[in-house]
Amino acid sequence: MMTSVALVIGIPFVSATALVLVPGYRASAAGNVLAMFATFISGVSLLFVDAGASSYFIVDDMNILFIILNTLVGFTASVFSASYIGHEIETGKLTPLFVRFYHAMFLGMMGSMNLALTANNIGLLWVGLEIATLITVVMVGIYRTPSAIEAAWKYFILGSVGISLAFFGTILIYLAGQKALGEGASAMTWSLLQAAAPQLDASLLNLAFIFLLIGYGTKVGLAPLHAWLPDAHAEGPTPISAVLSGLLLNVALYALLRFKMIVSAHPEAIDPGPVMIVMGLISLIFAAFMLYQRRDIKRLFAYSSIEHMGLITFAFGMGGPLANFAGLLHMAMHSLTKSAIFFAVGHVAQAKDTQRIAGIRGLSVTHPGLAIGLAAGVFAISGLPPFGVFMSEFLILTTTFARAPWLAVLPAFGLLVAFGALLWRLQDLLFGEPTEPAHKVRASSVPLMIHLGLVLIAGIYLPPILVGWFERAAEMLK
Amino acid sequence: MNHAYDVSHLLAGLMLVASFALLYQDRIFAVLNIFAAQAILLAMAVGWEAWTQQRPHLFITAALALCLKGIVIPVALHKMIVRLGVHRDVEQVVGVGKTLLLGLALTSLSLMLVLKITAAAESFTREGLALALAIILLGMLMMITRRNAVTQIVGFMSLENGLILAATGARGMPLVVEVSVAFSVLIALFVFAVFVFRIRERFDSVDVEALENVRGDTK
Amino acid sequence: MGETLTLLFGQTIQMFLVLLVAPAITGITRRTRARFMRRQGAPVIQPYRDLSKLVRKESVVAENASWLFRSAPYAILAFTWVAAALVPTFASGLMFNWAADAVALVALLGAARALLALAGMDVGTSFGGIGSSREMMIATLAEPAMLLVVLTMALSAGTTRLPEVAEFLISAPVTVRVSLGLALVALVIVALAENARIPVDNPATHLELTMVHEAMVLEYSGRHLAMIEAAAQLKLVLYISLIVCLFLPFGMAPADAGSGAWLTGIAAYLVKLAFGAVLLGVWEVSIAKMRVFRVGEFLGGAFVFAFLAILLAFLTREVLK
Repeated sequence: MMTSVALVIGIPFVSATALVLVPGYRASAAGNVLAMFATFISGVSLLFVDAGASSYFIVDDMNILFIILNTLVGFTASVFSASYIGHEIETGKLTPLFVRFYHAMFLGMMGSMNLALTANNIGLLWVGLEIATLITVVMVGIYRTPSAIEAAWKYFILGSVGISLAFFGTILIYLAGQKALGEGASAMTWSLLQAAAPQLDASLLNLAFIFLLIGYGTKVGLAPLHAWLPDAHAEGPTPISAVLSGLLLNVALYALLRFKMIVSAHPEAIDPGPVMIVMGLISLIFAAFMLYQRRDIKRLFAYSSIEHMGLITFAFGMGGPLANFAGLLHMAMHSLTKSAIFFAVGHVAQAKDTQRIAGIRGLSVTHPGLAIGLAAGVFAISGLPPFGVFMSEFLILTTTFARAPWLAVLPAFGLLVAFGALLWRLQDLLFGEPTEPAHKVRASSVPLMIHLGLVLIAGIYLPPILVGWFERAAEMLK
Repeated sequence: MNHAYDVSHLLAGLMLVASFALLYQDRIFAVLNIFAAQAILLAMAVGWEAWTQQRPHLFITAALALCLKGIVIPVALHKMIVRLGVHRDVEQVVGVGKTLLLGLALTSLSLMLVLKITAAAESFTREGLALALAIILLGMLMMITRRNAVTQIVGFMSLENGLILAATGARGMPLVVEVSVAFSVLIALFVFAVFVFRIRERFDSVDVEALENVRGDTK
Repeated sequence: MGETLTLLFGQTIQMFLVLLVAPAITGITRRTRARFMRRQGAPVIQPYRDLSKLVRKESVVAENASWLFRSAPYAILAFTWVAAALVPTFASGLMFNWAADAVALVALLGAARALLALAGMDVGTSFGGIGSSREMMIATLAEPAMLLVVLTMALSAGTTRLPEVAEFLISAPVTVRVSLGLALVALVIVALAENARIPVDNPATHLELTMVHEAMVLEYSGRHLAMIEAAAQLKLVLYISLIVCLFLPFGMAPADAGSGAWLTGIAAYLVKLAFGAVLLGVWEVSIAKMRVFRVGEFLGGAFVFAFLAILLAFLTREVLK
């Protein structure tokens, strides 16, 4: 187990250091893709090793899914980023020097996310997320336009406050576990905390969860702590937007789920469910309405990410095997679909030289290939069958209807509002009089097709082995 | 035993007072000086914990707080303000009176909350945690009520002082040193970012001029 | 019986001691200021001469002044004198020990202040009105801070009766407490404001725009003015005594000590008073007066300090319980 974990974390970090030394952007892009592919392979290899936990790392049914998803999307995003960044260099938006650091930072970010995902020590989990935040801040500001710097600054401030509050929550968890597990590293080891959960100090656990919810919730982008998210998505390079939406939000939510598991295993601690339901619903409905007023295409899909994160938080708040199953499935589906959409959006923005929706018209005429990809992605994300997102949303809604019919009205309403907004905007983008300019772009459609293909397959037939993992992870979440 | 408590209470209490002084001050250099004082107090508090708890590796954290936050960063920010001509007044979103009242409310809240919740814990832990939470919330308040980037950084750093205080107050917590190093990196990056961004703002016009000159030459 | 007489005797000593020593304290402060400004300055006994001169002079009263204007100076002096006589100075176990409650003290001073403000408005001149309104603004900020300071002390001593607080502080082991330091700072700020000293008010000026206390008493003359001046001097002694009693009670004769210990108590008290007066003088020459609009922030600082003091005292009590 340890070798695979070491590979998953080590490959990105080592190759990040190596890539700083590689001058040409082609070589470093190729190196990036290669390193991410190797990471993906070692992520998959985790399937064939026994699950287990050491004092610092853990591999169980809960995180193995996330690790594989993380490495897969990281790999496809690196392929996309190779063609995207090539275009940025040709148009002079980025200088080769920046690109050298860009690739190193991309790998560093993937490595730190893998560190957070495999960590068994809650301090290590925090360190992983902190590094990932730091690196994304730098990458959001990489274009160095005033608005990019403003977005990076906002992200910096909000992200740091969030991460600080999460750290305070981590200290409180340690204190809650100190009595039962003794001083030292064991009171920070997740698997021991989980096993000893009923003996922990209930009131400290409650306070800790509040801090962790606010802290990591900021990173998940839950309203009202989401202010950094649209800016960071809109101003950074699109591969980073894809990774932010598809992966970093997931990792933050994963951290939150780990703590939820401890808290809900304690009989006297607060039930995290209602709090998460409320925060999830607020994010979902708020973001759904905000979708109507967006003028920037990347901001539009950033708000859509807030909406889906809200839905997922809602699902985990509901709890129970079916809702948890649906929540996990939706995390995976959203991650694949949203990053696919950002792949398409990135090329669209390059073709039209703008991110303003008003400046993008008639894509179906000028760039039919991109238009089909974008349309498929938007159909998938708005929950149309036969895509996988439909499956998970359907499951969330039906299980809510079965248990609390009135409560189900709200997410259903939010989803319909968002559905309307997305299709309306999509129509604007695809049809109408084509706007100038309309450059040719060398789009790499493979990542997009892989993602949408997986989402489509998941919507039609979910392999039993996958169902098994999801069920076991949902079982762990209770 | 009681002696140990007295000293740590004194240092942590003075840190809280420094947090209020940060909210009260409206001149940027005074803010920097108070922040440096708070960082030095933190270093002393951590050093004291290291001494009484027999955890020598905490001295690293103390030394880091002293050198980086007590000396290097205030001096660097001071120089930066002078060189970049940043406004010397602190721009406040909310008035001082209201901010201070809010601060008092937050402090009361955190003391009540922590004392109620940690009834079973050791006295050291309760004390440190209560004051640390107050300092953290006051740091957040400062970040919210200030516009200027420099004062926002100072607010964040004082928030982080509270975090380190909480972490050292939690007996036997591992990784404290590592986390304090991680935070220091974060802060250094913060300061660096401001420096770079400000420099850029100033040089933007110069850059544009240079471009126009080039164009004029080639024509 | 004999013991009661002794205690009554002690109380009487204290009453007249504070009354007699008050002008000298003001004299010392003025002298210190003068010397630091490189002036010769009036001798320390000058305030006594001023008072006796004023008492002998005719007092001029405005035509439309009511009975309140005439009677207020005596009442103000009475209230202040009672208050000053209650604060433990050289011994803690005197006759009216039971009445030396900090809350009562605040109430007595508040009554005197209210009378002064009313008297200031009575004649209907604009200065009196300005002075009164500013005085009340200062009071609304200073009084809560003062009460909080008192409560802080009460929280650690378990009582609001000043002699008992002082005894507790003498007997308790020496500990460094942030809360005590904060309370001291807050009390000093309040004392500066209440006594119309720099930086809140300047006792030596008659500049319309800045004065507070002097504006209220502008219409008084003769023996009325003498009463008011004496009350102001007593108030200064009261505040210095209060600070000394709460934060430097050492040397004070405890309740069970005989009258022999009083002598050392009186000596220590006089030394501390003189020291306080000199410090005040030094402080006043080394700092500038602030604008009236800034006074709110200054006193707000006192409130914050006092509030923090009580929070920290509470924290210590809860944690060490």
